[in-house]
Amino acid sequence: MRGHRATDRLLRLGAIAVACGPALALAGRYAIEGLGADPIKDWTHTTGRWALRFLLISLAVTPIRRFAGLRGIAPLRRTFGLAAFAYALAHLLIWSVLDLGLEPAALVEDVTERPYVMAGMAAFAILATLAATSTRAAMKRLGARWVSLHRAVYAAALLALLHYFWQIKADLLPAWIHAAILTLLFAARLLWRFRRPASGTA
Amino acid sequence: MNGPKIRASEVTDEGLFLNRREVLRLGAVATLGAALAGCPGADEADAAAGSAPAGGSAELRKLSGVKPADAAFRVDGPTTDPKDATRYNNFYEFGTDKTDPAENAHTLRTSPWSVRIDGEVDKPGRVPLEDILAAAPLEERIYRFRCVEAWSMVVPWVGIPLAKVLARFGPTSKARYVAFETLVDPEQMPGQRRNVIDWPYREGLRIDEAMHPLAFLAVGMYGRVLPNQNGAPIRLVVPWKYGFKSIKSIVRIHFAATQPRTSWNDLQPSEYGFFANVNPEVDHPRWSQARERPSAASASRRRCPSTATASRSRDSTRASICVGTFDEPQALDEPQALDGPQALDEPQALAGPRPLKDRRR
Repeated sequence: MRGHRATDRLLRLGAIAVACGPALALAGRYAIEGLGADPIKDWTHTTGRWALRFLLISLAVTPIRRFAGLRGIAPLRRTFGLAAFAYALAHLLIWSVLDLGLEPAALVEDVTERPYVMAGMAAFAILATLAATSTRAAMKRLGARWVSLHRAVYAAALLALLHYFWQIKADLLPAWIHAAILTLLFAARLLWRFRRPASGTA
Repeated sequence: MNGPKIRASEVTDEGLFLNRREVLRLGAVATLGAALAGCPGADEADAAAGSAPAGGSAELRKLSGVKPADAAFRVDGPTTDPKDATRYNNFYEFGTDKTDPAENAHTLRTSPWSVRIDGEVDKPGRVPLEDILAAAPLEERIYRFRCVEAWSMVVPWVGIPLAKVLARFGPTSKARYVAFETLVDPEQMPGQRRNVIDWPYREGLRIDEAMHPLAFLAVGMYGRVLPNQNGAPIRLVVPWKYGFKSIKSIVRIHFAATQPRTSWNDLQPSEYGFFANVNPEVDHPRWSQARERPSAASASRRRCPSTATASRSRDSTRASICVGTFDEPQALDEPQALDGPQALDEPQALAGPRPLKDRRR
């Protein structure tokens, strides 16, 4: 039992280290190269992209666990899910504080008039709810409802992707790569759903 | 919405490709470097440096004898760090990331270079770059360069007024527009292997805008030869319009009777108008243009200064123009009077070539 816990902890520490990678890379780049031409946009886009990527990584944990039979990696869903929330929070703060200077009129205008901002806000609201209910205590309190609540993660991923697509000027390829990965993850889940009753392990 | 409509095998416009070959074959012996060396006061010690390396501007040849910008042609305050201006570029011919052009543009061969002049003009033909530059002595212009993405830079350009160049070819009375095209050659411009844009990149100006004293053809920046990623060897700079109007690496200037096709307008007409004058009161359909992010050390947005037209805006703190200290571009920027998406395309500006003076507010 104790050995199990030690590997669990090691796994989680490793995941946290991975989650810090992009932030450290960003900080390192600024230490070496300076601010650059459009730092606010760079920070906003980098944190936004990694929020979506960690969400996809978090959604990939279960399919990998099932198909590769790696039972022990289940806790990583939460770690990477929280990493996605952390990057989304940074993304939101950079946009609202640095870009808009917390100016109420500008914030209201962006949130009420720009569809891509609305999609992003909705995704963030979902992630924040899931992060707030990610503790063991919340799991116990919510019981069976916890699972249905946390299915909203798919909606968050779709909204985040919509938010990404909606502001592209011309080159859709990078967004399509993210969309393809999300489609694959959905497909893996559907496949599992249809296969499971036949395998008789339910 | 921008999915590939054209198959990969059709990427290269064969005619233009062959034209390019022809240019290379017939190309004048003189390189850009030699051409610039031929200009009064140019750095004679370095005449051989025709092939401009793509890297930082530090490697590029210095241009001397350049007339400094006088007060009418300069923005006050600090200029953008050349490192930023040369490493943060929208030049999709070399990739769609801002850092792609600086990495990939070394494959562009900028000499020999010539520009095809055609359309409603007395003296059409293929004109070597050095002949184009003979139109006027090199001078400096310090302009604010405002991207439609809401970032801006202040860049000291070196070049000659567009009007001086255009006048030499004798536009006819039918020439109401000037259209520009960028080189097409996927070998030199790897970004053209994907149809992100229907190559060649096209831009255009109404003839009176093109003849405006602020419209500029740049061959250098920061006192040196233009780096490839910034549009070498010759590019347009139109300071009162969003950056996408300032077409790079020009190989064709066409005088037209009707409004020409332009690339971003083709791609998304509801978002990028033909006129595309910088106007903080008219938002891009998807984002605000009221604020801009200058590429200075400060990591915060600058609000555009307020002017007399503020009452027209939705929010009285909003400004009418961010372009800088010039009067003329504001005067050209009529469409503030319009509301809604129409204002993006400024249709009333089409009313025709009235004298510029009449446009001043």
